[in-house]
Amino acid sequence: MASHLPPRPTPQQHQADAGGMAADDHHHGPRGLMRWLLTTNHKEIGTLYLIFSLTMFFIGGIFAMVVRAELFQPGLQLVQPEFFNQMTTMHGLIMVFGAVMPAFVGLANWMVPLQIGAPDMALPRLNNFSFWLLPVAFALLLSTLVMPGGAPNFGWTFYAPLSTTYAPPSTTFFIFSLHLAGISSILGAINIIATILNLRTPSMRMMDMPLFVWTWLITAFLLIAVMPVLAGVITMMLLDINFGTSFFNAAGGGDPVLFQHLFWFFGHPEVYIMILPAFGIVSVIIPTFARKRLFGYASMVYATASIAILSFLVWAHHMFVVGLPLVAELFFMYSTMLIAVPTGVKVFNWITTLFRGSLTFEPPMLFALAFVVLFTIGGFSGLMLAISPADFQYHDTYFVVAHFHYVLVPGAVFAIMAAVYYWLPKWTGHYPHTRLSQWHFWLSVIGVNLTFFPMHFAGLAGMPRRIPDYALQFADFNMITSIGAFMFGASQLLFVAVVVLCVRRGEKAPAKAWDGAEDLEWTVPSPAPLHTFETPPHFEPHRH
Amino acid sequence: MSGGSYYVPPSSKWPVLGSLALGALMVGTGVMLVHGASGMPVMVVGLVGILAVMWLWFRDVIHESRKGLYDDQMDRSFRWGMGWFIFSEVMFFAAFFGALFYIRTFALPWLDGEGAKGVAALLWPDFTASWPLLEPPDAAIQGPEQTFSPWHLPLVNTLILVGSSITLTVAHEGLKEGRRDTARHWLTLTVLLGLCFIAIQGIEYREAYVHYGITLQAGIYGATFFLLTGFHGAHVIVGTLILIAILARVRRGHFSEDQHFGFEAAAWYWHFVDVVWIGLFTFVYVF
Repeated sequence: MASHLPPRPTPQQHQADAGGMAADDHHHGPRGLMRWLLTTNHKEIGTLYLIFSLTMFFIGGIFAMVVRAELFQPGLQLVQPEFFNQMTTMHGLIMVFGAVMPAFVGLANWMVPLQIGAPDMALPRLNNFSFWLLPVAFALLLSTLVMPGGAPNFGWTFYAPLSTTYAPPSTTFFIFSLHLAGISSILGAINIIATILNLRTPSMRMMDMPLFVWTWLITAFLLIAVMPVLAGVITMMLLDINFGTSFFNAAGGGDPVLFQHLFWFFGHPEVYIMILPAFGIVSVIIPTFARKRLFGYASMVYATASIAILSFLVWAHHMFVVGLPLVAELFFMYSTMLIAVPTGVKVFNWITTLFRGSLTFEPPMLFALAFVVLFTIGGFSGLMLAISPADFQYHDTYFVVAHFHYVLVPGAVFAIMAAVYYWLPKWTGHYPHTRLSQWHFWLSVIGVNLTFFPMHFAGLAGMPRRIPDYALQFADFNMITSIGAFMFGASQLLFVAVVVLCVRRGEKAPAKAWDGAEDLEWTVPSPAPLHTFETPPHFEPHRH
Repeated sequence: MSGGSYYVPPSSKWPVLGSLALGALMVGTGVMLVHGASGMPVMVVGLVGILAVMWLWFRDVIHESRKGLYDDQMDRSFRWGMGWFIFSEVMFFAAFFGALFYIRTFALPWLDGEGAKGVAALLWPDFTASWPLLEPPDAAIQGPEQTFSPWHLPLVNTLILVGSSITLTVAHEGLKEGRRDTARHWLTLTVLLGLCFIAIQGIEYREAYVHYGITLQAGIYGATFFLLTGFHGAHVIVGTLILIAILARVRRGHFSEDQHFGFEAAAWYWHFVDVVWIGLFTFVYVF
């Protein structure tokens, strides 16, 4: 999100005995637009990812605003039901694959090499390829809006046969755009794993790595394990649609439920892909502003790994009402509830880190604290949904919508914002404007809760999700939700203002921009020069 | 661990051109599928583009490698990269095998009325579950007339592919010991075996369509058969192309006795394709 151009060429404090190769080549590199198109630099690619993600966040946000405007009152007001369905679908797809995932990859690009003392990502050209696949993929996805028959309209989970037999013709293009985004994710994840495993500065052991690096290592593993499964299932859709196969068609011996199994085998790890890096960010920010070491470092690592392993064993809790055998209902109910244990460990550790800390409440800390509280609410509603018999009541209601928006918006998105506020001084050399940041924070917190908290009540009272019109008794809840959504949406313009201002001017930040910050990125100047750690830095392991 | 000489390549135009070419390939194929032949030119441009980009990109990598710009740490990055790439391929096939097992173990017996979920049998009361499924539930879908014996062409192909893994290992041993003629001859033999496999698979597909009634449209048996063998076959084709490129490099005197990761990466990929085939032979053809 910081479009700041790091100075080039840069005085290098590490250059003395560096190979010099990279620096020399880069100094003659292209300028202007070509510099961004052809770059192999992890900081520039990180910036590209973050700008892309912010753009998608607003496009997906506009779709959400259309949805909330239509639902402001009962009855059909603004859009046709067909278009409403396209808006809910595109909102979900854009936010998941276009906004949240690329934001975390962008943060990883910028910060993982800096936090482990690496000169760049392990495979820099592949890194650039991973990024540039995304604009192509999402241009293709967005173009479906103007295709005959309209954009995908079957929800972001694209269940067959809605997405096969009854799908608009644009579905084939939707499949290809998802293939491109998937290739991007897999290649990006391979790069991140290779970087973390191979490019750490020599004295940094695995158990010395900042938690953002640890959570990304595990996230990258999840990505490589499940994005190919998504590729597989959409390929089967493609064949069902265009070549007359019967994978999801019972008439030929296939099964629509097979689609759901495959999709959620990808989909459940996918939701942890969107939250594990957030855990890492919060685990880095809270100790900084509590001026204490993170409580229970090792248990954080093990909890993250446990969550990742469990994520492969819980997928059918999304399908409790599809007609599973009893033994499957029980297995997936209990395995899902198990996830509360490592997640509880994490929340406990964050709170214990805060306990008796010397707390200050700079903008990153505000967002991190809101994350802990609000993500936990989302976690608890998840636990409610995990109870199979109760889920028969909640399934496909606004309660589910409330649950996953609590973990994704004040969860993942707030963590991304916390990370941006935390690292903006490193990226731009300036502190973000405090007063504006606080306005952004408080408007976002109030907006988010106003939007999503009433959804719990509407859902428990029986309001189904993905409908453009609803019964009169839900009117008040929906009006409050819509007001909150407009407020949240509008306050994100403040975020853009903060970022743009921060790039241009602001209070100058020293190398160590935050008092309690300890990781390696705070040993390089702010803004970070284009090339850092061309020779591995000295790293003093601190006892966790 | 970083030794201080890690090579960070300069700006490159191949990644962005590659993504555009891949985008063109996807758009062109999509237009062909949805609107017909008008998508063909875009698809061809995309396909040629991506092949050209791969050629030029890998050429850069080979030049850099031969100029000695890569150190041991870079070598490890390539190893991790290739290893995790193959793991992603494993998961891609795992999805297809998972689908096959789910259909055979759960979906078909339930359609036949078995167990608590057997109410699905109300849809097609006359349906009898069997595997291979010769008669799909709905009469509108024409099932296969018969299925392959695993002990003819599929067995031959199994021997060919397993044999090619062995010949490739012999070539690798030759390279490691500096016997380049051995390496070249056995690698050539491996490529020929790969081509034989592809040809026999082609013959089998023709048999399937012309004589056996096994088609993509022949219900779930045909669908899973072509999904699994088709993607495997595509991987054999890619693997053979990789081996041909490696053979060309061996003939030009590339690779040393202790530094030849390009060769090893190709070998890893080939062995992976071989292992997938053994899974296929077992669960698609034999059982």
